[in-house]
Amino acid sequence: MTAPASIKTAYDVEKIRKDFPILNRQVHGKPLVYLDNAATTQKPLSVIEMEDRYYREMNANIHRGVHLLSQESTKAYEDARVTIQKFINAASSSEIIYTRGTTESINLVAQTWGRKNIQAGDEILISHLEHHSNIVPWQMLCEEKGAKLKVIPINDRGELLMDEFKKLVTSKTKLVSVGHVSNALGTINPIADIIHYAHEHGALVLIDGAQSVAHLKVDVQKLDCDFYAFSGHKIYGPTGIGVLYGKLALLNAMPPYQGGGDMIASVTFEKTLYAKPPHKFEAGTPHIAGVIGLGKALDYVTAVGLDAIAAHEHELLVYGTQALSQIKQVRIIGTAAMKAGVLSFTLGEIHPHDIGTILDRQGVAVRAGHHCAQPVMDRFNIPATARASFALYNTKPEVDLLVAAVHKVLEVFK
Amino acid sequence: MSDFSDLYQDLILDHQKNPRNFGSLPDANHHADGFNPLCGDKISLDMKLDDKGVIQDIHFKGSGCAISKASASMMTTVLKGKKVEEAEHLFHEFHDMVMGKIDKAPEDLGKLKVFEGVKEYPARVKCASLAWHTMDAALKNEKDVISTDDGKGSEG
Ligand SMILES: Cc1ncc(COP(=O)(O)O)c(C=O)c1O
Repeated sequence: MTAPASIKTAYDVEKIRKDFPILNRQVHGKPLVYLDNAATTQKPLSVIEMEDRYYREMNANIHRGVHLLSQESTKAYEDARVTIQKFINAASSSEIIYTRGTTESINLVAQTWGRKNIQAGDEILISHLEHHSNIVPWQMLCEEKGAKLKVIPINDRGELLMDEFKKLVTSKTKLVSVGHVSNALGTINPIADIIHYAHEHGALVLIDGAQSVAHLKVDVQKLDCDFYAFSGHKIYGPTGIGVLYGKLALLNAMPPYQGGGDMIASVTFEKTLYAKPPHKFEAGTPHIAGVIGLGKALDYVTAVGLDAIAAHEHELLVYGTQALSQIKQVRIIGTAAMKAGVLSFTLGEIHPHDIGTILDRQGVAVRAGHHCAQPVMDRFNIPATARASFALYNTKPEVDLLVAAVHKVLEVFK
Repeated sequence: MSDFSDLYQDLILDHQKNPRNFGSLPDANHHADGFNPLCGDKISLDMKLDDKGVIQDIHFKGSGCAISKASASMMTTVLKGKKVEEAEHLFHEFHDMVMGKIDKAPEDLGKLKVFEGVKEYPARVKCASLAWHTMDAALKNEKDVISTDDGKGSEG
């Protein structure tokens, strides 16, 4: 169905920018050009005001008060769970577990599902593109259990070698844990194929969605992944709050994560009955304001529309890739056919840290470093890259400022 | 002309392009490795001290940003021929200067004063001081790799 041209509204980035107060500020006397969105995103006013309002008007502990404030905060907290459920199209809100972020979500699976199900000789498969938070928890688990960690290799464009992946999946493979989008290179991995193939061979699949959830539409039922992890702060929400999605049957069979209040049905000194998911995994007083803020952030993204956001960011990626490629010293690291809005690059012999400093003084915030993905850097034989990463509020004139700032770097080091 | 001459002074750019005393010392009797996990800067430092505690020779190897490379290179040129106590004294003065703990760079730092601008760039202080921390460790012959990081630094 196509809407008549008169109804179809164009992507109004200037209107969107007005929703993000921080974009008005100056750094070093220059307007802020924020291109470090893969590290964390800025927050819209609706999220900031919601957190503020929560503490001004609603603050109370959840699930344990008969008084009105507790009822209100409990309702807002649980309503956000439904917002998240719908956002990733989970079958039930009981499949949405609140965590501190992607890192904790992955560790939760390793410590509960992993410790129960992984045995000596089993294999866990990750990829060469993973963030350290999708490497280290599995190394720790493998070490504890005598299991083996295997790695899907990548090619020079930063794409997974799918033939090698298929060879690496064996009857010993119990779990495949891969990122949807690489934070270091922007590669979008063919996770639907990976999930399908892994399931055919009896392995479960965890998707690290930290870099995809804000940029691509995710439908966990259609994907059929077993776990999906993401962080609120990378999708315009607060820090300190994240999500683990897990299929209910798996969550029911998993042992609890931490012990404490809120995760129990009844406690005596002889025996404790655990609550059902999701509460089984949510011991203690959670980040209530963060949860409610995250709900608002998802509402914001839904209102703008993920398809529109993806199209806008893709345009910026194509434009930025084109413009940076004109500079002969630029080497773009990560040239996958399927890419999200991440532009990682090196500039001749100039160290990314020096690039980052000079860009910063011109108001352009990028990340310089190994992006918590040292194996990726090693694969390309570089210590680090400079990385510009786009969000829904970035503009082409900002990309032009990035390019001008890169020229300035060359001038300093000429 | 750039607006960055406070940090990237000509002398610094010269040393990063043509690092002095680059390589290893086969007859070194002091050694340490330094690492800055935030940006991946690595330095390996060899020193040869005589029995009077004078630095006879000092060489470095490694990879890193312009600031860390230039700092290591200039440090080696300054320390050659100095006594251990003098080296430690310069280390503390240099450290205080780049940390912005003193208003004016001490005169005895000599040409090392070109690093004074670093204090306006807090993110770069560790780059400038990595070589010096590594030198300090080498004098003590510490076995562990010296890290400028104290366990912080998770991000994406
Ligand atoms: C791909 C990927 N996975 C995991 C993480 C970890 O996320 P968090 O630090 O929010 O737990 C990040 C963020 O840096 C990431 O980019």
